[in-house]
Amino acid sequence: MLKTIAIRIALGFLTLWAVSILIFGATEILPGDVASAVLGQGATPETLAVFRHELGLDRPAYVRYLEWFFNALHGDLGIAMTNKRVIVETIAPRLSNTLFLAGYAALIAVPTSVVFGVAAAINEGKFVDRFVNIVSLMTISVPEFFIAYVLILYLAVQFEIFPSLSTVFPEMDFSEKIFIAALPAFTLTMLVMAHMLRMTRTSVLSIMSQPYVEMAFLKGLTRAQVIIRHALPNAAAPIISVIALNLAYLIVGVVVIEVVFVYPGIGQFMVDGVSKRDLPVVQACGLIFAGAFVGLNTVADVLAIMVNPRLRHPL
Amino acid sequence: MKLFGYKPPLTAWLGLAIIGIFIFVAIFADVIAPYGEAESVGQTWDDPSFANWLGTDNIGRDLLSRLIYGARMTIGVALVTTILSFFIGITTGFTAAVGGPVIDQFLSRLVDVMLSIPLLIFALIILSVFGSSITTLVLTLAILDSTRVFRLARAVATNLAVMEYVEAARLRGEGLWWIMRREILPNALPPMISEFGLRFCFNFLFVASLSFLGLGIQPPFADWGGMVRDNGKAISFGIPAPLWPALAIAIMTVGVNLVVDWILSINSRPSGASAEM
Repeated sequence: MLKTIAIRIALGFLTLWAVSILIFGATEILPGDVASAVLGQGATPETLAVFRHELGLDRPAYVRYLEWFFNALHGDLGIAMTNKRVIVETIAPRLSNTLFLAGYAALIAVPTSVVFGVAAAINEGKFVDRFVNIVSLMTISVPEFFIAYVLILYLAVQFEIFPSLSTVFPEMDFSEKIFIAALPAFTLTMLVMAHMLRMTRTSVLSIMSQPYVEMAFLKGLTRAQVIIRHALPNAAAPIISVIALNLAYLIVGVVVIEVVFVYPGIGQFMVDGVSKRDLPVVQACGLIFAGAFVGLNTVADVLAIMVNPRLRHPL
Repeated sequence: MKLFGYKPPLTAWLGLAIIGIFIFVAIFADVIAPYGEAESVGQTWDDPSFANWLGTDNIGRDLLSRLIYGARMTIGVALVTTILSFFIGITTGFTAAVGGPVIDQFLSRLVDVMLSIPLLIFALIILSVFGSSITTLVLTLAILDSTRVFRLARAVATNLAVMEYVEAARLRGEGLWWIMRREILPNALPPMISEFGLRFCFNFLFVASLSFLGLGIQPPFADWGGMVRDNGKAISFGIPAPLWPALAIAIMTVGVNLVVDWILSINSRPSGASAEM
């Protein structure tokens, strides 16, 4: 089992490395280069050459990639092109904001969706099940900003419970942050909950046709007892990996939500970087997002291996 | 009433009606819309009235007219992207399945790496390099989305490639392209059709999200995501202006999903074709 896990983790790092090449490569396929894109049409060849030298663009691509990659490994993500500030200093507080928001949403979403998913499975075909199904189908098919604006309209404007903009500052204390970030966290929760809930329900129900479940029924246990004692532990592996996958999705969903609520996180920073075409910023944010995504996917697989005895011995 | 020999349930008819109406509106936008796409007819965020049924937007344009023109842009871009994505995905997927282990390994590993970067993040990186014109938008999204199509197409085609009739075609000396087009494609079509609906929904929401972030379809063209962005601030005053385009996006997605559900219930999907987020 340890070997399987070690291989999976090594594979995760390998993926991360391949991803870093892809992110760097994607910014290299520009016809011309960054310097001419920034300076525009009016640049003379001399200024262009000076600017290129300043950015280090006069060196071959692989040298720049290696430098960028090793600096990133040491926690140095370079300097922003537009305001010449060190990217790490800007990103660090924003990253902690984003993690706060994502963690907040996950803390609500994970328990709720598991509880409701199991409840739906216990009451399969009854009112609770149908209601949960319809609501989760609806949240899956609407765009994230629709949920966000509906929540703002009702919870912030009409009933004035929560603020509609969620600009948090470092000097705010924890409870105040929780209050201010409530609406974006709710929106994110609704985004990821539907999927987790449906998967919990399906995984539990798929176990229900197993012989040992039938045995438990024949012993005279109630449906709720069978599900909680017998089906749920065996359905844990798919549920855990779906949760981890959805947390990875949460990291991405954060981008749009942060823009809606003007939440000072890393997603907003990246969108800003894209519209200003500040490549070092975009690369840095992209690397962090992709890193989180690959990391959570790896964690999902490792957890699935650890939880499910059948996966401990791959063929 | 029957459609292609099947009897659609009520929900599927509802979905078909939604799609039909939206496409009709998109095609005949010029005729239906009461005002022009960029025509200023009032003040900022006027209330709904007989002249402007949904009120006006942030710079006094008629919201309903913008919504009608927006259908053309939003649905059009998503549709073209999905078609292109399927063309790329199916061609590469079939090639991987039929063309031998070296090509298969190369394409599959490339797609694995591309899939390990979240789609939105990848698209943002590429758009930051190329800027967002409609051509780059469509090309970028189509190529990124085709990685998902590739997986399904390859899975389906691998199952078909070992069939006797494919073997027979190979033995009579047909070329790779002919086998893909005449033997594999017709048999792979049923699962691909429902996948087309799902990918369309995904691309549709994706284009809307990018436009909402200000990185998708650019002004002066009306599109639903961009309209939500333009009118976002109105919500703080209790004006539902951004909700109308967002609702239009939601209705369209639900409509397509209803039809896809029906198609899925007709032909269950093959193994290895699970939906991707």
